[in-house]
Amino acid sequence: MQTVAASPSRPPMLATLAAFAALACAAPLAQAADAVKVGLLSTLSGPGAGLGVDIRDGFQLAVKQGGGKLGGLPAEVVVADDQQSPDVARQTADRLIKRDKVDFMTGIVFSNVMLAVGAPTFQSKTFYVSANAGPSQYAGEQCNPYFFSASYQNDNLHEAVGKTVADKGFKRVALLAPNYPAGKDALAGFKRFYKGEIALESYTPLNQLDYGAEIAKMRAAKPDAVYIFLPGGLGINFIKQFVGSGLSKDMTLFGPGFSADEDVIRAVGAPMLGMFNSSLWAHDLDNAANKRFVADFQKEYGRLPTLYAAQGYDAARLIDGAVRDVKGRLDDKAAVRKALEAARFESVRGPFRFNTNHFPIQDYYLRVVTQDAQGRVTNRTLGTVFRNHADAYVGACKMPAA
Amino acid sequence: MAERPVPSVPPAPADPADRMTTAAPSPSPSPSARPPASLLDHPLRWRTALPMLLLLIALPPVALLLREEFYIGLATRVLVFALAATSLNLVLGFGGMVSFGHAAFVGLGAYAVGILMQQGVTSAWIAWPAAMAASALFALLVGAISLRTRGVYFIMITLAFAQMLYYLMVSLKTWGGDDGLALPGRSSVAAGFDLASDTRFYYVVLALCVLAFLGIQRLLNARFGHVLQALRENETRMGAIGFPAYRHQLVAFTLAGGLAGLAGALLANQSGFVSPALLQWNQSGLLLVMVILGGVGHLWGGVVGAVVFLLLEEVLSAHTLHWQFALGAVLLAVVLAAPRGLAGWRRGRSA
Amino acid sequence: MTGAGVLVLEQSLNGLQFGLMLFLLAAGLTLVFGIMDMINLAHGSLYMVGAYLVATAAVASDSFWLGLAAGIAGTAVLGMLLEVAVLRRLYQRDHLSQVLGTFAILLMANEGVRMLWGSQPVALNPPAGLAGPVELLPGFLYPAYRLLIIGVGLAVAALLYVLVTRTRIGMRVRAGASNREMARAMGVDVRRLFTAVFGFGAALCALAGGLLGPLLAVQVGMGESILILAFVVIVIGGIGSIRGAFFGALLVGVVDTAGRALIPLAFDHWLGPEAAAGAGPALASILIYLLMAAVLFWKPRGLFPAHG
Repeated sequence: MQTVAASPSRPPMLATLAAFAALACAAPLAQAADAVKVGLLSTLSGPGAGLGVDIRDGFQLAVKQGGGKLGGLPAEVVVADDQQSPDVARQTADRLIKRDKVDFMTGIVFSNVMLAVGAPTFQSKTFYVSANAGPSQYAGEQCNPYFFSASYQNDNLHEAVGKTVADKGFKRVALLAPNYPAGKDALAGFKRFYKGEIALESYTPLNQLDYGAEIAKMRAAKPDAVYIFLPGGLGINFIKQFVGSGLSKDMTLFGPGFSADEDVIRAVGAPMLGMFNSSLWAHDLDNAANKRFVADFQKEYGRLPTLYAAQGYDAARLIDGAVRDVKGRLDDKAAVRKALEAARFESVRGPFRFNTNHFPIQDYYLRVVTQDAQGRVTNRTLGTVFRNHADAYVGACKMPAA
Repeated sequence: MAERPVPSVPPAPADPADRMTTAAPSPSPSPSARPPASLLDHPLRWRTALPMLLLLIALPPVALLLREEFYIGLATRVLVFALAATSLNLVLGFGGMVSFGHAAFVGLGAYAVGILMQQGVTSAWIAWPAAMAASALFALLVGAISLRTRGVYFIMITLAFAQMLYYLMVSLKTWGGDDGLALPGRSSVAAGFDLASDTRFYYVVLALCVLAFLGIQRLLNARFGHVLQALRENETRMGAIGFPAYRHQLVAFTLAGGLAGLAGALLANQSGFVSPALLQWNQSGLLLVMVILGGVGHLWGGVVGAVVFLLLEEVLSAHTLHWQFALGAVLLAVVLAAPRGLAGWRRGRSA
Repeated sequence: MTGAGVLVLEQSLNGLQFGLMLFLLAAGLTLVFGIMDMINLAHGSLYMVGAYLVATAAVASDSFWLGLAAGIAGTAVLGMLLEVAVLRRLYQRDHLSQVLGTFAILLMANEGVRMLWGSQPVALNPPAGLAGPVELLPGFLYPAYRLLIIGVGLAVAALLYVLVTRTRIGMRVRAGASNREMARAMGVDVRRLFTAVFGFGAALCALAGGLLGPLLAVQVGMGESILILAFVVIVIGGIGSIRGAFFGALLVGVVDTAGRALIPLAFDHWLGPEAAAGAGPALASILIYLLMAAVLFWKPRGLFPAHG
């Protein structure tokens, strides 16, 4: 048996640990108190990336319009990618709250991610202003003083289409949504207002992009209308495959605004013409704030804004109004909460107010994908489906004192 | 399967598909007066271990002083992964078994804690041993079947079991399914002493990790550890002198599974969230990478690998958006330049 | 045709389509593993890079076919460069080092793609003429594009069969797969063969990536989920065996697609649509791994082993 008389060498661990400790201390230290720090955690990669990018762009446009300030204080927006994973989001949120010590959190697109990030955010007494996700849990039983929705409650847009489909007299509907909290909220909302026959109800995994199986089942089930909730890239894929399989000739396609917004239109184009969808906002809404928003967004980013961009923009303006109201005293959580609840800002939707569960009471419109005067494929607002519509879960909310 | 020749000097792997392990680690340098240490011994070297321990103990007060409490949580996470990686090193480095499903044991332990907490059982004294038991049992099952195979087939079958567990947890919506399960809080240790404080939790984790590490070290230097390492080198010869491979490897596999379950329980507490992503093959791959990086078959291999990997990730991501590129480059450099991993890098070269 | 009959037929075609694409990936992987004895975790990255190159070339040239050709050529070249520069050094190393090394390449490839193309997926559309349906049977429409994929997949399978069994280079490849040392002793230029095999595998990956791009999404990390399935396929089929990869891929493809469609239908009555939808894909995947475990247990060398 050989032994080698090697010189005793220290395991590198001590050295490595020391080196890394030094490097880690070079990381950003706690920020001074006279600025507003916002953690914008959103989906910036994967099929849902377009949605997160829109929220981010809308939010940052508002900050830019305010001269880099929110409510009179210089704003520092820390953008992070949640990779559409509740796991990653939770760790990143932890970092934003504990290391970067943000005052507000915003940006999450997907409700399963939202539900993972919510609890630790509220526990740390950080305000969350949602620019999209509006899970039914936070509207009802788990409502929380630190959660504010600048967007909508998940069910709402689907309720609007459900009513539309029922009003238009369709008898057999096939339903399709991803299998996660917002997907379930979606079909629950649809069925709340559509009482006809359901030919097929499918839930797909959130990362599924090939809808061959679902299309095959639809073909066999022979509905006369199809309702899908498939945000972002999922919707793009489905619509292309739906048209490619020939089903679009026999079945009318309905969706909520997200599945038929500018990002989907850009990717799919003419095959989408005639798709009805519902929305709480449209780029042709006639009010001063919206006109300014749409014009500036197009100038800054070279594209028409989507619903997500509008919500991101409104979230920033809501925070801006609240910070101005408390005159920058962000440590007074009770005052910030009251200011947020008062919602003194000009929304691109027109007049904006919160319900007791911190979700908005607002109008919902019916849109259709058509060609406008310049021959562009885009949405046109047809009419209003709901006025001053509240969500279905507010009754179950007993808002705890902060 | 090709028959392995009985070699007389350090064995070369005969079956190409069986080329799983690296060469034996170089023997530890022998201090002056004592007899030469056994090739299979792994001394602890208190000269360096003790200062490190002191550093770890001093971390929370220093972090609190600098108002960087976040790093206590990060350090806890690093310790937990060090434990998980060391448990993998036990089967991989010392046992010679390349398990590509180790994350399943970690994840199962995490889920055990999560599910029990959802049912109202929050006591750490019940939940953590339960997690270890569940993982050990699953490891026993997986090992009993997998250890009948060798080489790349062993890798694939351990992978298969882990993936099956992953898909099972994805489908069980009562426990969150794909969206995961959030824990309402941390496990409770005793009335009045809750682990919600990051600092307290860190010390508990540190204590457990130190105990586990010492336990493994003792095990490796005892007869069982020697048998295990000898089996890694030459199964046929060991079988001929009366040490059947299957039994010993199964025990090691089960033990490693149990320790991984403990790591999982601690991980669930640290992040407060359990999801099937913990069970996926990417996580198993990550653990393998940590062990390989740190040094397969070296006592500190798992610890060094976990520390370097996670700290590298943290430091790089703070400085550049494209940190994964740098991380990959570093790993590639290590593979090409340091064949025995980082822990083996500074050791003297031997045949 | 009855509703159920249409469903079975359509799902069978979908399964065939998926299986054939899986075969393209598995073929390259099995050759690399069988001949060079290297575990290549970066194989999925070649698939991803291939898809990105095809998408970029298709948009730039405004032609799907030109884009496909350019993407395949580009990826083959990249693959060969990678082999010569880095992977060659890993052949003699143990499997663990190969795992680490190719994992590192996977990380770098993912981030590299993100740096060049951004984090958002890149759009790739099917050729204009094939975006609609085709009437296969009276009243049964099937997407033309999927038929194209099936056609290309079968053609490539046939080509590979001819290449491997009827040509000299195929003979060398088979020799290398069954006994590397002997092949080298008999005068096969192993180094060049390896580079060529690797480049060819990369080209197959790019073909699969380019064809699947319009159906799925061309995005960072798209290779990882399909990579693990490719490994399952080659284990089931037999490492180093193209025939094994073919039948293994078809088997996995059909089981996966059938499972996804039929299992939720079966569970629908007891569990309701949500739970059934959760159980369906999961059970289909579990079935595939069970299948692999069963094959490993009873026929460890796979269904069609390359060795004698």
